[in-house]
Amino acid sequence: MSTENSSELGSELDHHQSDDHHAHDHKPHGITRWLFTTNHKDIGTLYLLFSLLMLFTGGILAMMIRAELFQPGLQFVDPHFFNQLTTVHGLVMVFGAVMPAFVGLANWMIPLMIGAPDMALPRMNNWSFWILPFAFTILLSTFFMEGGAPAAGWTFYAPLSTTYSSDSTAFFVFSVHLMGISSIMGAMNVIVTIFNMRAPGMKWMKLPLFVWTWLITAFLLIAVMPVLAGVVTMVLTDKYFGTSFFDAAGGGDPVMFQHIFWFFGHPEVYIMILPAFGIVSSIIPTFARKPLFGYESMVIATASIAFLSFIVWAHHMFTTGMPVAAELFFMYATMLIAVPTGVKVFNWVATMWRGSMTFEVPMMFALAFIVLFTIGGLSGLMLAIVPADFQYHDTYFVVAHFHYVLVTGAVFGIISGVYYWIPKWTGVMYSEKIGQFHFWCSIVSVNMLFFPMHFVGLAGMPRRIPDYALQFADMNAFISIGGLLFGLSQLIFVWMVVRCMRRKGKKASSQVWEGAQGLEWEIPSPAPYHTFQTPPHVK
Amino acid sequence: MVSHRTLMRKLILICIAMFAFGYALVPLYDVFCEITGINGKTSNQPATTRAKVDESRAIKVEFLANRDSSIPWGFSPEMTDISLHPGQIKVVNFIVENPTDEAMVGRAVPSVSPGEAAKYFIKIECFCFTEQPLDAHERRAMPVQFYIDPKLPAHFTTITLSYRLYKNTPQVVGR
Repeated sequence: MSTENSSELGSELDHHQSDDHHAHDHKPHGITRWLFTTNHKDIGTLYLLFSLLMLFTGGILAMMIRAELFQPGLQFVDPHFFNQLTTVHGLVMVFGAVMPAFVGLANWMIPLMIGAPDMALPRMNNWSFWILPFAFTILLSTFFMEGGAPAAGWTFYAPLSTTYSSDSTAFFVFSVHLMGISSIMGAMNVIVTIFNMRAPGMKWMKLPLFVWTWLITAFLLIAVMPVLAGVVTMVLTDKYFGTSFFDAAGGGDPVMFQHIFWFFGHPEVYIMILPAFGIVSSIIPTFARKPLFGYESMVIATASIAFLSFIVWAHHMFTTGMPVAAELFFMYATMLIAVPTGVKVFNWVATMWRGSMTFEVPMMFALAFIVLFTIGGLSGLMLAIVPADFQYHDTYFVVAHFHYVLVTGAVFGIISGVYYWIPKWTGVMYSEKIGQFHFWCSIVSVNMLFFPMHFVGLAGMPRRIPDYALQFADMNAFISIGGLLFGLSQLIFVWMVVRCMRRKGKKASSQVWEGAQGLEWEIPSPAPYHTFQTPPHVK
Repeated sequence: MVSHRTLMRKLILICIAMFAFGYALVPLYDVFCEITGINGKTSNQPATTRAKVDESRAIKVEFLANRDSSIPWGFSPEMTDISLHPGQIKVVNFIVENPTDEAMVGRAVPSVSPGEAAKYFIKIECFCFTEQPLDAHERRAMPVQFYIDPKLPAHFTTITLSYRLYKNTPQVVGR
């Protein structure tokens, strides 16, 4: 196999200058490399580093929230600013941290996993990324404007977001338009790449689960991001151009906002978890040294979850006064989603059964995912029950649920993927000691942070409030401490990443992990800048 | 394999179609509500037919009046509730008062709860069909003449009629 220039994830290393390929030696350097790159590895790196920055941005907003909630009373912020904090925390984490991280992993790994030289549309790929810093500059700059940042929640219900909002709404809408365009273009790129650029022999039912879950996620994205674009435009025109989509005076309906928003919103949360399912499905077989149990059923289960995600949206609206028949339909459909999800969880466990297991850091995070995501799923099942939801709705019970599925679910999935693949990207093994330290600090603090939220929620603490009744004080103090520790723990992760980017660590082999299977483990570590320029033949 | 271009064209078409679908949800929402009868919206037009009175059951009808912050008027129902048989015609007055020094025009938008009962709430005459101009310091009683369709399903025993009063701008529509 010809040697090519090593890929970059930071500082320069010794190049392999191949005489035969002198014409291909040229690899861009400097700032223009990163601005104009069409290379899927570079773009993947950009997305991942951007999402890490956004994770800490959203995290700082969360720290401010938890600082205020550490004690009852209003100590640090006024209620309107608190609402800005919760709103922008949600927007940044959803659209800035989780989604771009998954796109970054997709960019890096999908071409490698299918034996393609790059993504199908490399220039559109560059644009998909570079839109994001602009989108988030627009959003975050509203903090410094008169009237402040958007404060209607990441769900921006009308008429709070239309009649009763500041002019940050206009910036918010444009920012969301940009994020949507980025996501849609990224999704289309993924679909075309997987459809058209699989190496010979890489048949559909040979695709790694990460590729399958991303393919299905990409279809969800192109289906629902345009609906978000529509509803956000309706908010803009209701506020500034005299339309009455959500204004009862003009014949509109505020509840219709919720229907349209959640028609996007529910598939969106599956968009935020399916790629994590794919990552876990890659990691568990490697460290159990056993093939994934029930490959076909995993594919079908993922597709079922995606399909069902379109018909459950009103479970976010059980208390809006819908007729009983509608409430029942959405309740049953929501409970139904637990079935394919359960299939996946059982299959991961079955993969481990009689496997030969070791517990490196990626595996630890993947195992934590399985247990803690399941806890999040169970609280979701509780929320699906209509009469029960009448108690839980808009309390901290909901906050506990979605943070379990998003933080210990999606984010832990991303983290485990980073630990798993970073030796391939950088050519060095991360420090196992630092990784284990990160893991244990995270696992303890994340549960300190989110588990008690179930209790205060059941005890009646509402969400999105800056001050609360005195009986919730002790739990909130405990939660805030957990939050501080969890935030600090992520600095350990940054330390690990920086060390790897600086090539500090044991040299990694191509195989990296003893039990790893797949095309990505057949190329050198670090992965050369250009890979699979001639397609491999998959048996 | 189809070329990148062909596939991209199809995907872009899906995107545009879904964007259009998002907007189509607006009229679809009304259509769905009308078909299932669950929207709580009563008819825009006065009813012309009458129904036979069903003396075997009594329905309690409650009245709510609230005003939007855009219009500083007094607005209240003459009574909070009445009891009537399906088919029986009753008249209830809503009192509006303009305490300001300027003449203004208001418009009331009705809503019926539970939503599924809305299509059985038949209005013969309603101030919600038209604009309501009031002079400075004028006070008026505005009548609603209605009956409950005897076809109302048996499990409904209470219906609430609620009005919200808005200042009449080009945007406000009567329903």
